[in-house]
Amino acid sequence: MSSVSDGNTMMNEQRREFIKKTALGVLVGLGAASGLVPAFSLEKTILPVWDEKPVPGKIRWGMLIDTRKCKDGCRQCVAACHHAHNVPDFKNKKDEVKWIWKSSYQNVFPTASQQFVSPEIQDRSYLALCNHCADSPCTKACPTEATFKRWDGIVSMDYHRCIGCRFCMAACPYGSRSFNWQDPRTAIHDPVTTYPTREQGVVEKCNFCSDRLVKGLQPACTEACPEHALTFGDLNDSRSDIRRLLETNETMQRKPELGTKPSVFYII
Amino acid sequence: MIEKALKGNRSYWIWIAFLITVIGIGLSAYSQQRWFGLTVTGMGRDISWGLYIAQFTFLVGVAASAVMVVLPYYLHNRKEFAKTVIIGEFMAVSATMMSMLFIMADMGRPDRLLNIMLYPSPHAMVFWDLLVLSGYLFMNLVSSWAMLGAERKGVLPPAWVKPLVYISIPWAFSVHTVTAFLYAGMPGRHLWLTAVLAPRFLASAFAAGTALLILVSLILKQTTGFDTGKDAREKLAVLATYAGVANLFLLGTEFFTAFYSNVPAHKESLQYLFFGLEGKSQFVPLMWFSLLSGVASIIVLLVPALRKSTKWLVVACSALVLSIWIDKGVGLILGGFIPSPLQEIVEYTPTATEIFITLGIWGIGILLLTILLKVVVAVKMENEQ
Repeated sequence: MSSVSDGNTMMNEQRREFIKKTALGVLVGLGAASGLVPAFSLEKTILPVWDEKPVPGKIRWGMLIDTRKCKDGCRQCVAACHHAHNVPDFKNKKDEVKWIWKSSYQNVFPTASQQFVSPEIQDRSYLALCNHCADSPCTKACPTEATFKRWDGIVSMDYHRCIGCRFCMAACPYGSRSFNWQDPRTAIHDPVTTYPTREQGVVEKCNFCSDRLVKGLQPACTEACPEHALTFGDLNDSRSDIRRLLETNETMQRKPELGTKPSVFYII
Repeated sequence: MIEKALKGNRSYWIWIAFLITVIGIGLSAYSQQRWFGLTVTGMGRDISWGLYIAQFTFLVGVAASAVMVVLPYYLHNRKEFAKTVIIGEFMAVSATMMSMLFIMADMGRPDRLLNIMLYPSPHAMVFWDLLVLSGYLFMNLVSSWAMLGAERKGVLPPAWVKPLVYISIPWAFSVHTVTAFLYAGMPGRHLWLTAVLAPRFLASAFAAGTALLILVSLILKQTTGFDTGKDAREKLAVLATYAGVANLFLLGTEFFTAFYSNVPAHKESLQYLFFGLEGKSQFVPLMWFSLLSGVASIIVLLVPALRKSTKWLVVACSALVLSIWIDKGVGLILGGFIPSPLQEIVEYTPTATEIFITLGIWGIGILLLTILLKVVVAVKMENEQ
């Protein structure tokens, strides 16, 4: 009897050991698959640490807005962006926070020719957002590097480092930056968990959806546009769609005379 | 030496109590701002700097203007400034302190102030501004305190004081130049994007700061009987006049370039400030008051007979200070934001909370100045007896 029971105990122990090891193996395998091999990752990521070091200036993300396709009254890109990034809606101009918005021709292009412009062009509305300038005055003015230029051309924000001095807002010639004059969390009506909310007293702006790019997704505005008026891509890649469109269309940038080299282009 | 500030007559203590009350009101307003955010001010997305940054700009000028007595006294040995020089230096101390407090009051996250030093960014003008301001505060406070201490003991000041004073002279110019560079390097803010901004800052600072110094010395004479000398005041009045003339001249050159060239971006802010734009003209009366009182005060100061009369001197100096305070504060800072980068005209009115915080900081500065000058007067009067 005792020998049988001994055998059972031994078998149980072996089985336990087996299950333990298999589980560990599966866990390790899953971990490896999700992180180490980008093709098998659960969340699609481009993690340059794993394959190559980022080369500053190799990629320069840019956007082309075909304003001819942009429908009057449609605000789906604005809604998608502001929803995806927990942008508060205070419903007043003073406290307003906005990442992308629509405005008139003379507001978006105040230094472009304004005389005898066709009424159709004059009446259209135009998207305005951060230009992610190649020579960005805002990052130069920031005393803490809370706003900085990434290796891929995106002008990014570190909300935890920003001291709220608003020098970047004064330096930006496009009015693309917003300050959290009060706690934004009270004015986020349908919060998402995929992007952090901000605190009172810091500056924020469009991040060219760097949070979505790492997942292999297009920017929220680009994806949301029912007319496919927005093209997002690498300006440094001569074979990209955006470069092809830039070469075959007449386009313009906002206030090019200031030498900021905006990465957002417009077809009028 | 500081114990001398603890002995005073009835009116001294009433004055101190008044200042502490003002500071208290300011602090309670500030706690409201810390709690609810900068939304309690009149600033907004388009006019993102207001009263605080305006006061900062004006006060850095007042601080820099101490050089108007330090330079002639230490470099040219002009003995008539012997009694005024320490008043100028202590005014610089309290003005620098106030300008730093105004920067703090304007910050969304003042708890992260040290980030400027933790992540030094030489490409940002704010980094340099913090360096020159704190250096200037240190230099003036330490050198003038040591000088006064030596005077009290009737000994020569320590050897290290003189070099510190000499460094403070070019430093004063750099302080206000860097302040101008905070604004003058921004593309798209055309009122500020001008090479004469730094020279104009220096000129207006030397005019307003020196005029303020004359007023402070007259107040001291009135309240304590300590007289820095009529001769010193008259010489200062001449310096303030020339600086005021230079300031008006530079303003004139701005007008010429903007309106003769007719480039919209260059003239729009000036047009808004002095004539109104698109039917909006919030600051027009204020700007004309500033310009006319500036011109009138210079005319009074230019006439020797009027300049030598204390009554006219007080009127002219007050008008000059007020004129430059409006021009450099209200006009320059707010005008820079109008029209906005999207060509919109947004108006700004400071809120009561904002005004109370502003008065509170002025209260702190004036309290500091009162205490420092109380010590000065006590030491000087003791030595005279």
